Order: sequence, then C-alpha cells, then structure tokens
Amino acid sequence: MQISLSVNGVSSTHDVEPRQLLVYFLRDTLGLTGTNVGCDTSSCGACTIHVDGDSVKSCTMLAVQADGCELTTIEGLAAADGTLHPMQQAFHENHGLQCGYCTPGMVMAATSLIEEQPGLDEAAVREGLEGNLCRCTGYHNIVAAVLAAAGTTDTEVSLAGTEAGVRS
Amino acid sequence: MNATGTDELTVTEAADTVDQAGLEATGNGDAERMFGQRRLRREDPPLLTGESRFIDDLDLPGALWAVLVRSPYANANIGSIDTSAAAAADGVVAVHTGAELAEDWANPMPCAWPVTDDMVNPPHHPLATDAVRYVGDAVAVVLATTRQAAVDAAEQVIVEYEPLPAVADPEEAAANQVLVHPDLGTNVCYDYDVTPDPDAVEAAFSAAAHTVSERYVQQRLLPSAMEPRGTAAVPEPFGGNITVYSSTQIPHILKLMLAITCGVPEHKVRVVAPAVGGGFGAKLNVYAEEVLCVALARRHGTPVRWTETRSETAQATIHGRGQVQYIELAADDAGKVNAMKVRLVGDMGGYLQLLTPGIPLLGGFIYHGVYDIPNYSFKCQSVFTNAVPTDAYRGAGRPEATYAIERAMDALARKVGVTPEELRRRNYIRPEQFPYTNPTGAIVMDSGNYEPSLTRALEMLGIDDVRAEQQRRRDAGDSKVLGIGICTYMEMCGLAPSRTLAALKYSAGGWEAATVRMLPTGGVQVVTGTSPHGQGHETSWAMLVADQLGIDPDLVEVLHSDTAISPLGLDTYGSRSLSVGGTAVHLATEQVIEKAKRIAGHLMEASPDDLEVVAGSLQVKGTPSKSMTLQEVAFAAFAAHDLPEGEEPNLEAQVSWDPPNFTFPFGTHVALVEIDTETGDVRLQRYIAVDDCGPQVNPMIVEGQVHGGILQGVAHALWEEAVYDTDGQLRTVTLGDYLVPSAAETPGFELDHTVTPSPSNPMGVKGVGEAGTIGAAPTVMNAVIDGLSHLGVTAMDMPASPQRVWSAIQSAERPTAPQEGSAP
Amino acid sequence: MIPAAFDYVRADSVEAALEALTEHGDEAKLMAGGHSLLPMMKLRLAVPEVIVDIGRIAELSYIREDGDELAIGALTRHRELETSDLLSDQCPILHHVAHLVGDPQVRHRGTIGGSLSHSDPASDLPAACLALGATLVAAKADGSSRRIPIGDLYTGFLETTLDPTEMITEVRVPKRPGTSWNYQKFNRRAIDWAIVGVAAVLPNGSGGAPGVALVNMGSTSIRATATEEALGQGASAADAAQLADDGTEPPDDLNGSADYRRHLVKVLTRRALEAAGSG
Repeated sequence: MQISLSVNGVSSTHDVEPRQLLVYFLRDTLGLTGTNVGCDTSSCGACTIHVDGDSVKSCTMLAVQADGCELTTIEGLAAADGTLHPMQQAFHENHGLQCGYCTPGMVMAATSLIEEQPGLDEAAVREGLEGNLCRCTGYHNIVAAVLAAAGTTDTEVSLAGTEAGVRS
Repeated sequence: MNATGTDELTVTEAADTVDQAGLEATGNGDAERMFGQRRLRREDPPLLTGESRFIDDLDLPGALWAVLVRSPYANANIGSIDTSAAAAADGVVAVHTGAELAEDWANPMPCAWPVTDDMVNPPHHPLATDAVRYVGDAVAVVLATTRQAAVDAAEQVIVEYEPLPAVADPEEAAANQVLVHPDLGTNVCYDYDVTPDPDAVEAAFSAAAHTVSERYVQQRLLPSAMEPRGTAAVPEPFGGNITVYSSTQIPHILKLMLAITCGVPEHKVRVVAPAVGGGFGAKLNVYAEEVLCVALARRHGTPVRWTETRSETAQATIHGRGQVQYIELAADDAGKVNAMKVRLVGDMGGYLQLLTPGIPLLGGFIYHGVYDIPNYSFKCQSVFTNAVPTDAYRGAGRPEATYAIERAMDALARKVGVTPEELRRRNYIRPEQFPYTNPTGAIVMDSGNYEPSLTRALEMLGIDDVRAEQQRRRDAGDSKVLGIGICTYMEMCGLAPSRTLAALKYSAGGWEAATVRMLPTGGVQVVTGTSPHGQGHETSWAMLVADQLGIDPDLVEVLHSDTAISPLGLDTYGSRSLSVGGTAVHLATEQVIEKAKRIAGHLMEASPDDLEVVAGSLQVKGTPSKSMTLQEVAFAAFAAHDLPEGEEPNLEAQVSWDPPNFTFPFGTHVALVEIDTETGDVRLQRYIAVDDCGPQVNPMIVEGQVHGGILQGVAHALWEEAVYDTDGQLRTVTLGDYLVPSAAETPGFELDHTVTPSPSNPMGVKGVGEAGTIGAAPTVMNAVIDGLSHLGVTAMDMPASPQRVWSAIQSAERPTAPQEGSAP
Repeated sequence: MIPAAFDYVRADSVEAALEALTEHGDEAKLMAGGHSLLPMMKLRLAVPEVIVDIGRIAELSYIREDGDELAIGALTRHRELETSDLLSDQCPILHHVAHLVGDPQVRHRGTIGGSLSHSDPASDLPAACLALGATLVAAKADGSSRRIPIGDLYTGFLETTLDPTEMITEVRVPKRPGTSWNYQKFNRRAIDWAIVGVAAVLPNGSGGAPGVALVNMGSTSIRATATEEALGQGASAADAAQLADDGTEPPDDLNGSADYRRHLVKVLTRRALEAAGSG
C-alpha cells in the first residue's frame, strides 16, 4: 500500500506492506535508526516519536496508519546547524543518559510532556515518563534534565544537592 | 576444591602507597586539573541525536537474517524436525538443525570457570541436537533475506518433542528426583567448601549467647539492558577474515572464544562492539547466537545477522542471581559476632555459560561483609535446573552475599535488642585493622573505614525524627506504617589479580592493557582494553591523560571496543574498568612522559630528570624559558631526525597492568519505606547512599552509576522476579510481566560520599559500577521488615510484592508484649 | 516482533467500515488506535486476516452535550478525554480515569471505543463506564443502530455481544456534575493494568442509584451489585465494601491470587466509597 508522509520535514511516498510497524519503516526503509526498539509489548518507550506533534510509540503503530502524518524522530530534533534541542542539551548537562539506548525515546517523550504541561513539577515529570524505561540512570538525572528543560527551578528535596562532602 | 584454598590463594602485598600527587593536586602545578571535575560526557551528543550505531542499526549489505526456533518445553527429547515448509517459504535461504551443523563446532560452548576439578559440565552447542533442557533452548535456525521472512518461516519449522519431567526449583533439583541431564545421573554441578577451621566454627556456635538462623531466596532476575542483544558476522570468503559485530561487553574475550569454539584462527577474527545499550553482566558472555552467526556466515559465505526480541531475551539471555541461602550467626551477649556459617544452593540453569559456576563463589569469600567475624564457613552446592543458565548480573555474587549478612545482622539486632546501627558499630572491622586478612585467609582487604558512612547516612535521614514519626504512626494505629532499613556493604571490585584468579581456577587473567600515543600534530590517542557501554570511559580516560600531560582533554581521543584497534584487553565488568583499565592508562601515560623527557632532554641539552610537565610542555625546573611543548617533542619523535642514542621513534607506550589486589569499596545505604498494611503496597519514600569508591575522577559519572545501581537493587527487592512454574515454563517473558520500574515508582536519591583511597593502585581508585546494586536490596528489605516488625513480621522473601507483604502480615504472630529487639 | 501478514482496508466512514466488516465477517478486525489489538498481533496472539482501519473517521471524534447525557464519539482519544473541560465539569470520573490509562503515548493513540469494545477486564474505562451506567451506540451495515447498556456488552474475556458486523460509534454517559465519585487503581507500576480497580459513583442527593464497578475481578468488567444494593439500603461504606467480592471470580495470576484480590477489592471499595463521601 502506498503512503505519503513527512518525516523531519521531508515529504516522501513509499509502498509499504500493511503489517510493517512504523518503527521498522523508519529504521529499515528510511534509515532513521535513531529510534530504537526495546520491547515488543509497548512497555519500554524506546521507540517514541512524534506523530502530528504527539508522542507515540512507533512500535505500536502501523506505517500505513501514519499516511498523511507529520512525523518527528530524534534525528529531526536538533537544529539544522547542529545545535542540540534544549531537551537534548538538558540531558547532556544533567547526565541524563548513560548507555543511550532509551534516550531517543525518552527525549521525544519528554519534549511532548513539557509542551503539554508547561511548568510541571517533579511528580508530574515522573508520572509523565511512566511509559519510558531506562535501566542505567535510576531516572534521577533524567528527571532533573526534564525539569531543567521545562524551566522548573524549584526542584524538590529529593533532587537537591548531594555534595555535603564527608571526608574520612 | 574441597579445602580452604588458603594455600593457593596468594594475594600480593599492596602496591606502593597511593600516589598523593594523583590524589591531591594536579601534580603539574596546574589549576585546571580535570580529576574530580564534573565534566560533561563527550559520549552524549551522538547518543542524543540518534547518530550512534547500535548493533541493529548497522547497515550490512547482503546480510541474511537469522531467527532461531526455540523449545517450548523445559525438558524433552527431540524427535524429528521437519524444515521443508520453512525452507520452501518465500525469502528463505536455508534452515539448519543442530544435527546438520554438528561438524561446524571445534569445541562446545565455553565455560571459562571450572571451579573444581570434578565440576560437571555437560557439553552443549549453539543448537541442541538430541534434547532440550530449558524453554528457549534453540533447535533450529532459519536464514532469510528479510527479518519478516525469517520470522514467518520459523513458525513453519515443525519439531516433534518427547516431553520429559522437568525441575526448575534448585532445592528440588538437589534431591535428584528429576534429572535435568538424565545421562549425568545427578543434578549436582559441584560442591565447594571454604571452611578454614570447622572445629573453631562449631565451638563458637556452642559458646554463643545469641544465634540466628535464616533462609533467604535470591530470586532469578532478568538483567534487562534496554538494548536486547544482537550480533552479525561478516565474512571475507576470499580474504579469509571474519568480522563479528556484537552487542557485547567483552569483544576481546569473545574473539578468543569464537576462535576456540568455531575453529577459526584467532588472528583471522575481529570483534567490534558498536554502541552497546547497557550490559549489566548479561552481555559478559559468549552466546549461542554469536557462535552460530560465525558458523553460518562461513558456511554461506555471506553476512549473517541476528537481533534478539525482548520476549526472546527472557529465554535466550542469562538470568541473574538464583540462589537459596542459609546463613547462621553466632554472637556473644553484646552482639559481637564470632562465627558464621553459610550454605548455598546455586541454580545453574540447564547448562554452564561463560562464568556460571563461579558467580556464587564471587560472594563466597566475603560473606562476612564489613564485620570482623573470625570464624567462617561457606559451603555451596550448585545444581542444574531446567531453566535458562544463570551468570553474572550486576554485582554477581556480591549482592547475594551482602544481602544475606545484612539481613542476618538485622535479625541478630532484634534478638540482642539493640538498634541495627548499634549492632553494626559493634561489629565493624575497625580502620586500624586494615590491611585485614579476612576469615577465609584468602582475601586481604586493603582499606576501609565504615563508621563515618553510617553516621553520615543516618544524619542525612534524620534518624531520630523518622523513628519518632514511625512510632507515632504505630501508636495511632495508622494503616500506613514506616520502615527504616540500613545496610553497610563492602564489595570486592577491580577484577582481578591474575594469580588470585588462578587460585579460583578461572581460566584467564585479570589484567588490563592500554596504549597511549602522542601524534605528531599534538593530539593523543588512548587505546584501552576496556569496553564501555554507558560508563563514560571516553570522557574519564581523557580526563586522566589530560591531567598527566597538562593538556586539554579534547585533544585526547579514546579508542576501544574493536579488536583491530585495541587488540589487547579483558573488557568491562566487575567494577574493574577504572581501577584496572584506568590504571593501565595512567601508567602508559607516565611512560610516554618519561620517553618525552628523554627526547626533550636530549634536544634541549638538559637532564631528563630536571624536566617537568607544565601545561602541555616539558620545562626545565626553575627555568620556564627553557621548554618544549609536548607536541614539539611528539613531532621530533615522529620525525626521528635527532633522537637519543638507542631511542625508538614515536612517542607511544603500551602497558598491561595486573592489579596486586582487588579493591574494596564500601558504603552505608538507608531507605525509608511506607507500607500500606491493608494492601501490602510498599512505596520507597527516601533512599540515602553514602558510598566510598575512593577518589572520584568524575563525580557526575560516579553519581550516575550509583543512581542506576540503586534502582536495580531496589527493583530486586520490590518488583523484579523471573518466575518459573513447576513445569519449567517461564511466566515473565515480556516487560509487561517482568516489572522493570519506571520513574513513576521511584524517588530521587540522596547521595554523599567518603573518600578512603585504595593502596592497591597509584590513583587510589576503587570502582563504583556495582555499589548501588549491592547495597540496595538488603537496605530496602530491612526497611520492609522493620516497618512490619511491630506486627510480628520477621521474614519475607523478595520481591516484597503487595501480596507477599499482605500475606506476611496475615500470618505473623502479633506480639502481645513489646517485642524483643524492636528499635527503640 | 512482527505481526503476521494481513489485508488492510482503510475505512473513511462508518458506512465504509461496516461494509468491510460485512464483506469479511469473522476474519476482519476493526482497528481504531490499535493499542489493544496491535500488541497482540505482534506477539501473534491475534492473527486477523483483515484489518479494517477506522482510525481516520474524523466524524467519530467528539465530546458533546446531548440533553441529560454526554455523547462521546467512539474514536475520541484518551488524551481528548483527559483534557476535556466539558468532561471535567459534567463527568469528572471519566476525565480522571482516562488519565490513568496506560501512559501518555498510549493516551495519544488509544480510543474510548477501542478500549470499551476490547472487553479486557483489567481495563480502566469499562469499569468507569459501568459505574456511570453508560450506553453504547452500535451501528450496523443496514444503516440501523442499537443502544447497548454497557452492562449488557460483556460476555467474557475479550468477548462482547457485539455482532462481527457491528461497530460502536458512540458512548453516552449521563451527566453527573456534582456527583461524588472515586476511582481506586491498585497496581505495582504506574504503567501496569490494575491488579484490582474500583470505580464508584454516588448520587450524593442528585438522584439515581449508586454505581460501583470492578476492574480485574473476573473475566469481564463487572458491577459490584451486592455493594450497590447495600448502599441503596443505607449501609455504611465499610459494610457495603465487605460485599464487594460477592459473585466475583477473580483471576489467580502473577500479580495476585484470587484470595488476595478478594481482600483487595474490599479495601479498595471501602476507600473509594469513603473518598466519594459515603458514610
């Protein structure tokens, strides 16, 4: 079946098999391998992209369902001159990633989240990222990064300084 | 091994005292010292933008996709396998059974750790031929031109099985009623005993004022790196080489093992670990699919690739933990512990993987933890079960050991009637006792100072206020109660001194290699044998070298994870990378500096001994005007027009460093949980960790490691469990059923640290990759038990699921009087 | 994981969807947001031969007032429900429960019609709709339609009284402004299905009967009729809650035994009733 869509601002038309999952269309057909696959039950969120501005798990959508849609993947987030998106920058500055596998999905989920809930607090960030799993960070620095990107400054005690510095 | 091993385990004396210059100041009088700075990671931008290439991202023209056909039975004889329909399916190139590939293996799948001379190790190959021993054991492989075609065709392979009785519980397996490998006649893999003086242990128990005897179950865990595994083999049919890409922590070990297993000359094999999406021990292995892809690529003369699905992970990638622990303590009237006895039943699974039998023993020599317990007995019987093989998972043996001693200490505190912290204080190995030869006689703990971490952690919690609130809720009959858990852990890191490994019968060494090379244009290449997959070695190693050379770290490139670029190394696991691999980098850089001094001295007509590194230059001490930049020296070494007599061209040094001892990081963790006694729901409210990993190269990275480690340990305690039913069916296959926690269940973590340098390496560093995981599970479980102690709950296994907590409350015998040993 | 191959029909109208269903009968499955069906297809637990994609029928996405009721188009996404001021004012429990479904990404795609017609007893929205006494509008290819009280919809696990050639087009819920309500969702991770859930809607003097419905206490979403009756007869929250497991056949699975669920449902029902203001 033929679909036309825009991905990261580039429009194109493709013949796809109806059963092709959107994530494999992005990865195998378009070569946009930044979007990762971490599970097969819509649990982990590694494959999160934006479809018409909303965060979506691209493993739980058929490519044919994206016909006519505007998609943004992690590859489309940084500016054309290479400047990182503020959310990417915040993840960098807050050490919000280690192995980096969940990161594209986490960043895409987080950008959608703070657009929908500007000024959100720590609890809202944690709840809003319920659909994205990370195995490296314990989420501590991811939450800090999202709060920083959201411009939330009054982070709660649990994320406060850790530099009391006992010396033995 | 049936004796104490004391004679065999030689632990080298501690290395030279810590290089204070490496700890305190820059060493080069440079205010811009990197060591200790929270430098942002250079690894991030490609990972943040989708530029990084993980295994499944690689573009491999012409590659065939492999999909494995796996057993749905836990134990069965294989009858016929009909591959005809699959072979005829669209896009299918070949379908192979184990029998067809029998000639492709030069050796069985490798186990590198034959822990005893009489250890039972049933040979197994990537595809089973006669029988399957666990659900997921592979029997056939489909090769097709697309992923879809391979998946579709695999469903058409028809396998006839003759099901056999199965046993998944290790204690049942130990009874040998149902045999995993009927031809072996036993399920016992090995027995191991570390009891230096059995009589003394028994005497101490006889004389004890207080004893505790506890049983704990270390449930199986799925390591669950977010990236499933994957591998691809790319042959050069005419050139004879083969390049293997794999999502692995161990490209070097894998190269060696692929050569041995597939019968390929090792010098013809190159292994590349691309971006690797987490490992946690699960990618510290040699897997059937890796070996299979090599064989199939050679057989078909074309690239072959395989990517694991998440549902496949649970059946194809090793599980962690899997032990039943019996621990007994004998203490005097004041709670001073004089003896301990530990008996383990280790669950090996269906076969032995790379390190399977050694994992329980990594804890077996340190069950005493941070306590001075003079009399020690550790016995372990490991058995086969009809389940996925177990192997290293973050901490590997040490979380289990720590859990047992730390929970048993809480049980003892209740008996003695003192607070958990007071009991710990009475038993800590004191700072002046280091270096401390532990009760096995085999391990010399080089350093430690435990009490400050406890004091600080309790201060951060505000222990008095929290206990008051706990009591207030109890008095008010509040259905939501509070529990406080404490754990002081010690880990044995920096794997490992090769001679110790020899005594443990591990087949290889524990050194690490590094090459440091100054390029003629001023840049530096660091080649490391470590293989990072999230730990930030590129950033940290560059910081180390930049400090030593007095240059901008951006001038330092760190190369790794490709055996063609980094031919020597033993990879990344066991919190070894900094203390072993980083030390190799440090020492190689020192050698580069020495050589640069000889060349610069020659060119400047000064004694090399009079030269010092100042901000990227070699300067004659006291004569700043007389200097050469390191770049000038590197160029001179490259041009080789005028070198000292006998000096080789180029400014490069390679070091292989074998550590003289393990390192012994430690810390105290404290958790506050709220328990809903009506539903059994446990919520972690606060988590405090005061760790001591020695001097921190990059505290930002250290904290990240601690955060992630803590949550994995918390998850061990509260959520995660790989569940087998009695038929050996695995019931937790997806991330919907296996409960990896999200941010929504998790609080932020409160960290602090103390600094006790290790004397065993020049930088005093110790390692931090596993600390959080080791500390967290006992901390949380102690908190759960503490929270329910007023209801009479004293025992509970992990994970503390709502139902398990609720059941424990229901079945507890509620004390009528103020119960013995409750925290005041 | 990759779904088995299927034929794909995109329906741009209700008529086209019903026509496709009539043509393909049992072999066809409707796909709205796909968030119930696709995960099962990926694991090949569902292998439909024909997928009728109704996700683009824009006319079925709405929330509007219609007399004493709110009419919600079957393809209204959870995200629309959780952000609708109208729903917040007139039917706050549905507004609240929609927010608890899955995760934000799921809520961006999943639809109320898909969720209700899937008949998963662990799902949140069916219980909320049961407690509310919702009615579904189902359309047939012959142009007729019928109204199905949601209590008559569910016959078993993933089974409904819907004919294979029928589709739900609208969900109608009574306006319940000012009613007292509460929803208790008990799970171990935020993203998980409820181990047990309880939806309670109390008339609070505004007329009508109390509605209490249960999640994951049997093969379908069910009402706690004994509890409802007791409340109607003036029982206290605590007493009425003790009857919450009456007539239930809760599952026994990794997350909880049947006995544990029977206990939980009483605790959660009491909490729901108390939070909703029942004495």
